[in-house]
Parts: sequence; structure tokens; C-alpha cells
Amino acid sequence: MAVAIEVRDISKQFRLYNEKHTSLKERVIHGGKMPFTPFWALRDVNVDINQGETFGILGRNGCGKSTLLKCIAGILKPTSGEIRVRGSLAAMLELGAGFQPDMSGRDNIFLNGSLLGLSRADIEKRFDDIVAFAELEEFIDNQVKFYSSGMYVRLGFAVAVNVEPDVLLVDEVLAVGDAAFQRKCLDHVKRFQREGRTIVVVSHGSDAIRQNCGRAMVMNHGQVITVDDPGEAIRVYMADLLGVGTIEGSESAGIEGNVLAIGTVQAEHGGSGSRVHMYPGESLTVTADVDSLASVPKAMATIAIHDDKNELVFASDPDDPACEMEIPAGGGIVRFFFPEVPLLDGTYSVSVGVRSDTDTAIFDWKDQVTRFEVANPGRATGRVRLPVDVSFRLRSATHTGEVPTVDAGLFPPLAGWEENAS
Amino acid sequence: MSLSVDEPASAEPERTSTIGGSTRFVPGQSNDQITVVNGKVQLGQRLKDLWANRELLILLTRSELKVKYKNSVLGYVWSMLNPALVLAIYFVVFKIIAKNYQPNFAIWLFAGLLVWNLFNVAAMSATSVVVGKAGIVKKVAFPRELLALSVVGVALVLFAIQVVVLVVAMLIFGVSPDWSMVAILPLALVTLVTFTGAISIFLSAVNVYLRDTQHLTEVLMMAWFWGTPIVYTFGQISGELAKYPSLMWMKYVFLSNPITPITMTFQRAIYGRTQYTHAGNVYHVLPNWGVGSYAGLLGVVLAVSIGLFLLALIVFGRLEGNFAEEL
Repeated sequence: MAVAIEVRDISKQFRLYNEKHTSLKERVIHGGKMPFTPFWALRDVNVDINQGETFGILGRNGCGKSTLLKCIAGILKPTSGEIRVRGSLAAMLELGAGFQPDMSGRDNIFLNGSLLGLSRADIEKRFDDIVAFAELEEFIDNQVKFYSSGMYVRLGFAVAVNVEPDVLLVDEVLAVGDAAFQRKCLDHVKRFQREGRTIVVVSHGSDAIRQNCGRAMVMNHGQVITVDDPGEAIRVYMADLLGVGTIEGSESAGIEGNVLAIGTVQAEHGGSGSRVHMYPGESLTVTADVDSLASVPKAMATIAIHDDKNELVFASDPDDPACEMEIPAGGGIVRFFFPEVPLLDGTYSVSVGVRSDTDTAIFDWKDQVTRFEVANPGRATGRVRLPVDVSFRLRSATHTGEVPTVDAGLFPPLAGWEENAS
Repeated sequence: MSLSVDEPASAEPERTSTIGGSTRFVPGQSNDQITVVNGKVQLGQRLKDLWANRELLILLTRSELKVKYKNSVLGYVWSMLNPALVLAIYFVVFKIIAKNYQPNFAIWLFAGLLVWNLFNVAAMSATSVVVGKAGIVKKVAFPRELLALSVVGVALVLFAIQVVVLVVAMLIFGVSPDWSMVAILPLALVTLVTFTGAISIFLSAVNVYLRDTQHLTEVLMMAWFWGTPIVYTFGQISGELAKYPSLMWMKYVFLSNPITPITMTFQRAIYGRTQYTHAGNVYHVLPNWGVGSYAGLLGVVLAVSIGLFLLALIVFGRLEGNFAEEL
């Protein structure tokens, strides 16, 4: 696989001036000195992006991802290092950048297309496509300053997707327009992928990266944290950068005048190896160490799972007889076993409690005492992985010789039933 | 900024596909070119990029003009009215009020102003063009020198409009040009555009970092204007200097102003004469050189202008790296 973009030891320093002198007069007065603090927006970034791959760059605001994209595009020059790009390149950093408000949509298509590297002949050939894509047939000769922001952005995108570069750089601009327009934009991206073009997407939202990218890179403070498949990259992004997700053992609480206390709670997944995170569908075992001063003949063990937004995902049925157990004096270990956890990405916290069967006494409740993480190697998004069977059949079964029965229901339809019956 | 290296086409099997019936994208065919981005300025690549983007230059120039004239025919008529009015004022002031005895002084003046206006309009608007187009500069990758050159393009269009007015005036006043000299006017124009382009590119980049370059340029341009024989004649300068033989070297200082030889060529071709007689005295307005001498002088200026143009590209390339953060 040939490399489309080779980033070698790229560093970019910005100067943060304490006081900026932007005129010759001020410079002369201050003797030409401008004290500044160096700020490294990028530091020794190395990455190879393969031809035909869709590559995501994840990171918080100010992590250097946009700076890197601008360096690849040649808008900013790196302080040191080198980037090699194979083939033609177009960058969509802002839709409709360079539109002249005083000019008509028509003129702006030519200017913008030309800025992005299209020849005049190319633009003429695609002009109708661009206008149709932007859905601006009636307004194309109006001045752009009279466009709504939606029209403006649609026109910008329509021009950009018609550039057809070997390498396309996209900076979080896909979230534009209404749902139908977004659908169209996504179709264009998919087409680019099919055609073997290289796409680099910068985002701080993980869903776009997961759904579209083959690999992703996580950046923080101008440095590369990891380059991996999107599932793993998003997990690292969530864990390391958002500061959530490391599994902590709970502090063991002593027994304080209570009959029963929950000690250490641990969550272990049934997956292989020393993986910290689990995959969707794997089993999960939660064990809680319980100390007891006296024998509790009817204790009910309950468990609850919250997601990282503190929304309750699951709480066990407190009246389920399966939760009932006898805890002898001295205590023991309560084990909760989930044969299959269909949750998708995220960090989930586990709360464990033990109470009496009559609801009168809660012996102990450990709120969000331990965590487990799920990283999804697949493309599904959302909260839960629901098992789904997809199949296809023809609308009518007449070909097989069967006569379909029509369940007319309580109120049979007055029209159209003849076709079904034939 | 970038350097192209021809790479052998990759040995991958070619995948061909048709996109909406328009373009065929074939990996391995279209991407045999490698662009390198690093901190260095690559002059050869800059020139190549400029040439490759010549269509963009035309579009940028056109958009500048459209914004200026708001797409109206009257706008262009108005811009023709302006030089015509200027010509009329010169005629009244210098011929009727100030009693200048040089025949057809308005034509003489206009010939010089033709050159000066192109240079002045371009240089003055170039200082603010990169700052004014910050939106594009920060978000789109393209050879940004084109912004400065588009301003030269606008000045060229204004030049053409003024030429029309001048030709009409010459027909009215019955001034016939020196046709042998008209033959080297294209060379003079190329020289003027090259020099103006160099200065414009330089000023457009410097103004990003030193925003008062604009005001400084205004003052300098004023001094430059009066240091060029436009309102007065070169003959008057050399005539005055002839009185002080020890100061004859000043003539060369005067000629070292690149705008001067260009202006003199235009005046020589359009005004059609090198001397006039008034009250029995012969006044020289221009050196009575042949076409070769004027062309030779222009050649020197052109060589210097090309050098300055390349230098301006290098300076621009060095300063351009931080445009996106300075704007």
C-alpha cells in the first residue's frame, strides 16, 4: 500500500506575544523587541497515511489537529520537519471560504472552484451538477450576500465535493445543512472512499470517526497519543483525554455499627488477555466482598449500572428471587455474572447494594464503586448492541406459487385488497 | 513551499471508476506527483505554481473589478470619465491659466501619468490586499502572491481604459505618435508590469506584519512621483544639470529610478517629439536617442525588475508561512 501523506517530525511553533506591535512605528519605539512565549502547537508529529484510506484525527480543541491539517494543506508552514503528499490535494477547512459577498453565486462557483484547484473548463463541465447539488437553481445569479447561511454552506460544499482530489482534507464541516443534505454529503464521502481516494477527517466527535474511518489518530498537546483502529483510538481519546475510565478498586469500608458492609468491589470481563476494556457481547463478572457481623438469612443483592453521563443503564429487579441469598456471619463474596453485556462504547460505573428482603433496611449501598469500559471494534454506534437479523424477500410470494393470506384485521381495507388476492 | 519530484507510477493494479460521467480517477496515474511541505522557500516551484494558476489570477482580477464596478456598464463608463476629466483639467490649468508653452502639454502629462497610475494604483492597493482577503488566506491553500498580482491586473485594466481616452484625445489634438517608438511600447509595458508586480508582492507581504506600511507607502509614493519626470520633462533636468558639470552624475541617479526609463519611453512614443521651439529658443524635452538606446535602457530595467520579482517571491515565501496566524 503506497503512502499518500508522509508526515515526518513536524513541529510548529506559534509565538504568543505579550504585547504585539503590528506597525513599524511601534517597533521603532520599542527598539524592535517583542517579548513572546513560544507555544508548540505541534511537536515531532510522525504519521503515514495510506492511499485510499479514510483517516481520522481526534482530539480536544487546541490539541493541534487543525494545525496539522493546515500544515498538510500548505496553508501553514511547519517550523521544522517535512510533509510529503502524493497526488493532488484539496482542503475543506471552511465551506465557502473566499466567497465574495458582492458577486453572484455563479461567479463565486468559478472563483471558489478555481481557488480549490479546478480549471475553468472543469468548472464549466460540472457547473450544472454543482448548482443542482447545492439546490440553488433559482438563486444562482443572486449575490451571495443575500443567501441564507444554509444556502451559503450548501454552495460551498457543492463546489468542494466537485474538486475530486487524490487527497481530501476535511475539518469537521460535514455537519452542515438539513438531514437530507447531510445524507447527500455522506454519499459523496462514501463514493470518494470507493474510488480509492484518501480522506483525512479532523473531528472531536467520535461517531463520525467511527462510522467513516479505517484508522484514527489521537492527539493531545500537539503530540500523537496513538494511531490505531477507530474503536481503540476512540477509547484512548475518551479515557486519556476526557479523564474518565480507569478502573479503580473501591476503598474498603469498615463495619460501623451495621450488620453488614460491602468491601472491595471488582468488575472483570470474560474477554481474553490483559485488556482493560471489554468488547460488546462479552461476559462480565462483578464481585463484592461482604463482611457481616451476624448471619443474614434473607439478603437481597442488587446491582446498577450507570453510563458516563450518569444515566442509569440498568438496575436489577429488587424482587427477583434469584437475588436472594443467605449471608452467614463473617461474610463472603457476592458474585454478579452477566453472561453477555450488549453495551457499546463507554465507561460504565457499577453500584452494588445489599438490603433486607422486606425493603425495611438497606444494609449497605456502594454507589458507583467501580467501573468497566467497553470499546467497540465494530462500526455500530449508540448505547446498546441489539442483535439484529437482516434478510430480504420479495414483496409478493406469487412466484413461489403460494397464495398469500391477507389478514384483513378488524377493519378490512376497502380498496387494494384485490391486488393482494390475485 | 513545495517541490515536485517525478515518481515512477506505483505498481498497484489500477482501479478505474467513472464519477457522474465527468472525471476518471485512476490511482497510480494521477498521483505520481509528490508535493513537499517544509519550512523552505522553493522558488522554482513557486513560479510553476503561479503559471499553473494563471486562470485563478484572471478570476481574482475579475472579482476585484466586479466588486469595484459592481458589475455595471456605467461603472466602466465612469472609470473612463475620470481620466477624461483629468485631461480636461490639465488642459485648462496648464494651457490657459499657467501658460505652459510646451505644445500639447496635456498629452505629455497624460503619457507619463499612464505609467505612474498603473504603478501607483497597484502598489497602493497591494499593501492591503492580503490583509483584506484574510478569509481566503487563512482557509484555502493557493499561491497567495496571486492576490498581489490580481491588483496589478486591475491596474492594467484601468490602464487600458486610460489608453482609450488618450487615443481619443490624441485624435482631437492632432498629436501623432512616433510609430518606430510605439513598436517598443510592449517591451516597456512588460517591464512596467514586472516591476510593479515585484513591488506589489513585496508590499502585500510586509503589510501583514507591519500594518502601517500602507501609510508609509503613501508618503514614499508621493516623493517617488515627484522624482520621476512626469509633470516636468527629463530635458529640463538635464538642462539644469548641464549648468553644473560637476553634478552631471546626478543624471544617472535620476535614470536609476526604474520608472523613469519606462515613463520616458511612453512619452517618447506618444508625444512624438523630442524638442519644441518657443520664442526662438529650442527646448529639449527628451533625449534624442534612437529606438535602440531606449530599448537598451528598458532591457536593463527589465533585467533588474525580473531580479526584484524573484526576490519579492522569496521574501513573500518566507513571510507567507505565518500569514494564517498573523491575520
